[in-house]
Amino acid sequence: MALADVMLAVLWLGLTAYVLFGGADFGGGFWDLLAGDARRGAAVRAQVEHSIGPVWEANHVWLIFVIVMLWTGFPSVFAAVASTLYIPLTLVALGIIARGAAFAFRKVSDEPRLRRLFGAAFAFSSVATPFFLGTTAGAIASGRVPPGIAAGDLLGSWLNPTSMTTGVLAVGVTAYLAAVYLTLDARREGATELAEGFRRRATATGVVVGAISVVGLAVLRTDAPALFAELSSWPALPVVGMSVAAGLVSLALLRARAYLAVRISASLAVVGVLWAWAVAQYPVLLPGVTVEAAAATDAVLAASLGALAVGALLLVPSLWWLYRIFQRTAPESSRTVAPPRADTR
Amino acid sequence: MDEVLLAAGATAADLAAARMQMALSLGWHIVVACLGVGMPALTLIAEWRGYRTGDPAYRLLARRWARAMGVLFAVGAVSGTILSFEMGVLWPGLMGTYGEVIGLPFSLEGIAFFIEAIFLGVYLYAWDRLPPVPHMLAGIPIVLAGTASAFFVVTANAWMQQPTGFDEVNGRIVAVDPWAAMFNPATPPQTAHMIVAAFMVAGFLTASVYAVAMLRGRRDRYHRLGFLVPFTVAAALTPVQVAVGDWAAHFVAQYQPVKLAAMEGLFETVAGAPLTIGGVAVDGELRGGLEIPHGLSLLAHWDPNAVVTGLNEVAPADRPPVTVVHLAFDLMVGVGFALLALSAWAAWSWWRRRDLPRTRWFLRAGAVSGVAAVLALEAGWTVTEVGRQPWIVFGVLRTTDAVNPAPGLVWGFVLVTAVYAVLTVATAYVLRRMTRSTPVPAALEDSDVDSFKVV
Repeated sequence: MALADVMLAVLWLGLTAYVLFGGADFGGGFWDLLAGDARRGAAVRAQVEHSIGPVWEANHVWLIFVIVMLWTGFPSVFAAVASTLYIPLTLVALGIIARGAAFAFRKVSDEPRLRRLFGAAFAFSSVATPFFLGTTAGAIASGRVPPGIAAGDLLGSWLNPTSMTTGVLAVGVTAYLAAVYLTLDARREGATELAEGFRRRATATGVVVGAISVVGLAVLRTDAPALFAELSSWPALPVVGMSVAAGLVSLALLRARAYLAVRISASLAVVGVLWAWAVAQYPVLLPGVTVEAAAATDAVLAASLGALAVGALLLVPSLWWLYRIFQRTAPESSRTVAPPRADTR
Repeated sequence: MDEVLLAAGATAADLAAARMQMALSLGWHIVVACLGVGMPALTLIAEWRGYRTGDPAYRLLARRWARAMGVLFAVGAVSGTILSFEMGVLWPGLMGTYGEVIGLPFSLEGIAFFIEAIFLGVYLYAWDRLPPVPHMLAGIPIVLAGTASAFFVVTANAWMQQPTGFDEVNGRIVAVDPWAAMFNPATPPQTAHMIVAAFMVAGFLTASVYAVAMLRGRRDRYHRLGFLVPFTVAAALTPVQVAVGDWAAHFVAQYQPVKLAAMEGLFETVAGAPLTIGGVAVDGELRGGLEIPHGLSLLAHWDPNAVVTGLNEVAPADRPPVTVVHLAFDLMVGVGFALLALSAWAAWSWWRRRDLPRTRWFLRAGAVSGVAAVLALEAGWTVTEVGRQPWIVFGVLRTTDAVNPAPGLVWGFVLVTAVYAVLTVATAYVLRRMTRSTPVPAALEDSDVDSFKVV
């Protein structure tokens, strides 16, 4: 396996981590947006804030990691994508700023008026950001980003049927993952009623995201027939199948309230979508540009991958410690969520 | 229609918009980033002193700084992210070719930032879950990783000043030595200058908040320590920074003489060059400045009669804008020496009487020291970046050839400016509210400390 392929795989692993962790943080904002008025939505909002507070910044770093890997490993691809898609990417960047800043501001604000204002900014940007990021995925998947600087259509590249579908799909995936993850968080805090609410949300969004995926395949068939042909044949097809199966299993696990197991199966369903796309499109990155052609020199790839390998030795235990601390039941004194409720199950 | 626009390349307005957008977002981020690098160290010092002495003033300071740090770190993380987008969105000509050359330091920065974010999450959110010593130990990686992040990012900028470590044939990179690119000649002085600046900005800025409170009559132990701890850190580093700055200037004199000429407004190569303070460039000469004979030769080359390169050595198209660079440089140096004087004043008073100077003028100076340090920081970056023009990669790639040729960058700039205006107001408002909403009682007790929530 060439170094360029390793680089691409590492990059895609980073993107996967970003979708699974960072994506779920955006999904928290989605549920915040739909939580209702201040009184009714208080419990949901408190749970979302409590769950994503300690981890969202670390989860966000995956995106930076992906961007840096892209320009290091495949500089001309990064330049082509960023220049042609500069409009949605600027909106993504501004959405990230609004989301992160508003979240931090709301947490330390005590005036109800301000909390509502920051909350609205947080929730709205949590939905808009994955949508625009999703449109860029559709732009690349449907071959609308040609090589070269700003060589593609500045509007049509991301305002097209595939991009709209992937944009909506991205929002759906974040909402789905968040609802699934929050079931376990809520139950651990003893908030069974809240966990039930997230269970219903997870089931509903699971069905909706599945439906969007089916629609998406139909759109691809007419809008990006080459990618569709690859997706519906070996070796991408088994990955698609794995995703569908994991999605169905997740519905059953949600029904059975197996909240830990459903985290894994729901993640697998999402991972399947990402990797099926990757497998289907490999080795083409942009129309007429293969991994090999776009890759940086081996010296750069080796140095960056080596640095990452050493970095992973530091990162993996640190990340494990972070999640471990905050996934344990909080001691009574530091429980900041809504008061524990009686278990009604 | 697209083809027509593409053939035309970027308009002057779009290029200006791209540069302004980069300057705005970088100039904004750099202030928060300095606080992100410096504040964890200040907080740890306060926490450690609080742990050793049990003094509630130290302990409350640590908690309140940590709370502010949480907000600032979030804002810093997201305002840093847009920069990595802008590298490609605004400067695809730079990244498409040279992205791989500067990829290594950014990869390392990614790792460092990751460590920073992870341990910050632990440090802030597990304040009451971890025993004191493990909690403080969890804070140390934040300081180390924050400093390392600053180092890595600045090495990439240093490469833009001194591009080394790659071979290019017909506009295509054929060989890269990523370590040589990262450890280019500009790396040592530039990274040292920036890291020291970060701690100075964080120190003076934090101290200035308490100087204002003391001027308003809050002279209790809490406010005194809130001033003393960060001020001491910043004041101790100020003489170091003057020495590092001198090193950086000598470096520029040797490696980027045209930039030095712009910094000093020297149009003609001359032996025994004077040092001009202030002044505006008009028609190929600096007017209205104060001249110190032989000063520049002495400072730049340690020899009053040394020959100093002037702007006339390169074609007018290869010269940076003089007035901006020159005045920014004078501003930075002026503020730096003012802060040195302030630090010396405090040190002298402490040495003589184990106390800060009694006059309110000292506190007034302390109150403006934070803003002054930020001004020096921004001025220094202006010197570095505007002084490099018209090159984006010095001597290799022009800024005009790196910019995204797509139309409409002006509107992106307008939008980004609007968002940053709101962000600035919101950040300032929230930080002010945070200090006001839970006032510090005059007689501190342990219960005041324990009931203050970090997050």
